[in-house]
Amino acid sequence: MAPVLEVSGLNTVFHTRRGLVRAVQDVSFSVEAGETLAIVGESGCGKTITALSLMRLIPQPPGEIVSGSVKVDGTDLLRLDDRTMRQMRGGKIAMIFQEPMTALNPLMTVGKQIAEMVMLHDGLPKAAAKNRAVEMLQMVRIPEPARRAKEYPHQMSGGMRQRAMIAMALACKPKVLVADEPTTALDVTIQAQILDLIGDLQREFGTAVLLITHDLGVVAETAQRVVVMYAGRKVEEGSVSDLFARPLHPYLRGLLGSIPRLGSARGLALSPDERLREIPGMVPALSDLPPGCAFAPRCAQADAKCHAQIPPFEAKQANHFAACWQA
Amino acid sequence: MLAYLIRRLLLMVVTLLGVSIAIFLLLRIVPGNIADILLDSAGMIDPAEKAKIVTDLGLDLPLPVQYWHWLSGLFHGDLGYSYVSEKPVIEEILPRIPITARLAGLALTFAICAGVPLGVISAVRQNTKLDYFLRILSLSGLSMPAFWLGLLILMACVKWFGSIPIYDRAPATFGAWLAMLAIPAASVGFRSSALIMRLTRSSMLEVLRQDFVRTAKSKGLSDTAVTYDHALRNAVLPVITTIGVETAFLFGGLIVTETVFNIPGVARFLVEAIRWRDYPMVQNLVMFIAIVVVTVNLIVDLLYMVVDPRIRLGA
Repeated sequence: MAPVLEVSGLNTVFHTRRGLVRAVQDVSFSVEAGETLAIVGESGCGKTITALSLMRLIPQPPGEIVSGSVKVDGTDLLRLDDRTMRQMRGGKIAMIFQEPMTALNPLMTVGKQIAEMVMLHDGLPKAAAKNRAVEMLQMVRIPEPARRAKEYPHQMSGGMRQRAMIAMALACKPKVLVADEPTTALDVTIQAQILDLIGDLQREFGTAVLLITHDLGVVAETAQRVVVMYAGRKVEEGSVSDLFARPLHPYLRGLLGSIPRLGSARGLALSPDERLREIPGMVPALSDLPPGCAFAPRCAQADAKCHAQIPPFEAKQANHFAACWQA
Repeated sequence: MLAYLIRRLLLMVVTLLGVSIAIFLLLRIVPGNIADILLDSAGMIDPAEKAKIVTDLGLDLPLPVQYWHWLSGLFHGDLGYSYVSEKPVIEEILPRIPITARLAGLALTFAICAGVPLGVISAVRQNTKLDYFLRILSLSGLSMPAFWLGLLILMACVKWFGSIPIYDRAPATFGAWLAMLAIPAASVGFRSSALIMRLTRSSMLEVLRQDFVRTAKSKGLSDTAVTYDHALRNAVLPVITTIGVETAFLFGGLIVTETVFNIPGVARFLVEAIRWRDYPMVQNLVMFIAIVVVTVNLIVDLLYMVVDPRIRLGA
């Protein structure tokens, strides 16, 4: 099956007073209809900038998408004029954001915010758009959708707002849904509900989902494939099962090692090597990256070559890629 | 909602009572009364004559009694008589109110129509040449006194047209009326528009950075829809407050402008009345201005509720 979303060679930079910040470097991936691809990494690794680059919502200036292509159904978004791009946004590729508290307009009813989108893309008249908004709210399992549609965001709970946000994003049945940390700001029980909801609607509409998250638990539950990013670059890519079973890059191994497991949570006696491991050091500043592998300063296995040359991103096993001299 | 309105109206009454006491006392602290000034200007001092005037006007009565006379008169709709013209105060004040109201209204319309859109443009085009130009323009608007700008405009009129529009109590056409008031309105409106513009700009910049603006963009809305439907409505609250303050100012603070343009409005009349220590005139004029101010404040607060559901629904 041809991928619905195909990103290749994406480079996004920010021109700042302290110099050029390469936020996204040579990032490529593709997502098929109905598939979920997760992009994981620590804060500041370029995940969100990648997502915003796809939507062409990088503030320009200081940001700039220097090169690459973002194809949705074969159309390269980066080559479109502003007007056509606006038709794609919300129509073909929609996004949900991390903070449901602040991502909705506080002065507009939730129903109107959804209806506005439907009127714009599907050309529905006002009354029909309002009905569609209520239907969408029902679809995201908001009780009493007709009443809730007339409410303002501040009258809803965080989970309910995120549902409304999802209803809005999916109102025009986009091909691609970019979900930027959709559950980070929510309680754990609500998190699971929201992830289930996204999964169900994805199956129903056949949407390709790009899930941006730092939470490996969320990845394991929802994604089929994973891209791991570090300091603006892809460092590993593969199926969820491969990555969790046989992580190749020391960074991913470090991430997996820093997840608490059930035994430790119960306070059982652990041998010293079973203690939670943390990755030493800090994420390097993107404006001041080392010449070789960006992870080398924090990597126990790094040698002279790692510090000198950037490792190529290549297949290490079948359908399992990594950028590491040691893997 | 109704309870809130009643509470606000009661508060208005208390405020106005406070204003009435303050203006009453302040006037009497100012040295000299109408008798002193009349006799001074006549160049003769006859103590018997002076005492007669003082007694006639009731200026020798204890202050609380004088205050009570004024206040009870107010409640009966009797504003008293002017010391100077000896006409009923109401007849003196009433014809001046529409003059000031028109001037203020026109200035305010100009200020809002210019200030809000320019502020939005300035914010949307932040740090472009247009933004710098508009910011310099607004800074000059704030720095330039209205009377000086007015004088400049008048001088320019004389130089280019050979005449200046003279104030006419009953202009023949609406056009003539507009032309007559346009210059003074623009010269005071310029300052207000500069204030409104700067505030709109900073408020918009604040809002444009917020997440929901990004959400609106991600929906595929046009820049115009994002700016005006989503951002401006969120940015407008502080602007409404300023417009309220400016309205209040325009109703009582245009002393110099009214003088420069020879417009017989409220503010100029007030200064005249203060000079003569015309207590009934001053007290009632100030009360009128105070009523305008508190009413405008109430309207501003009600507008808040209209614009922001979080205030209306008590978030």
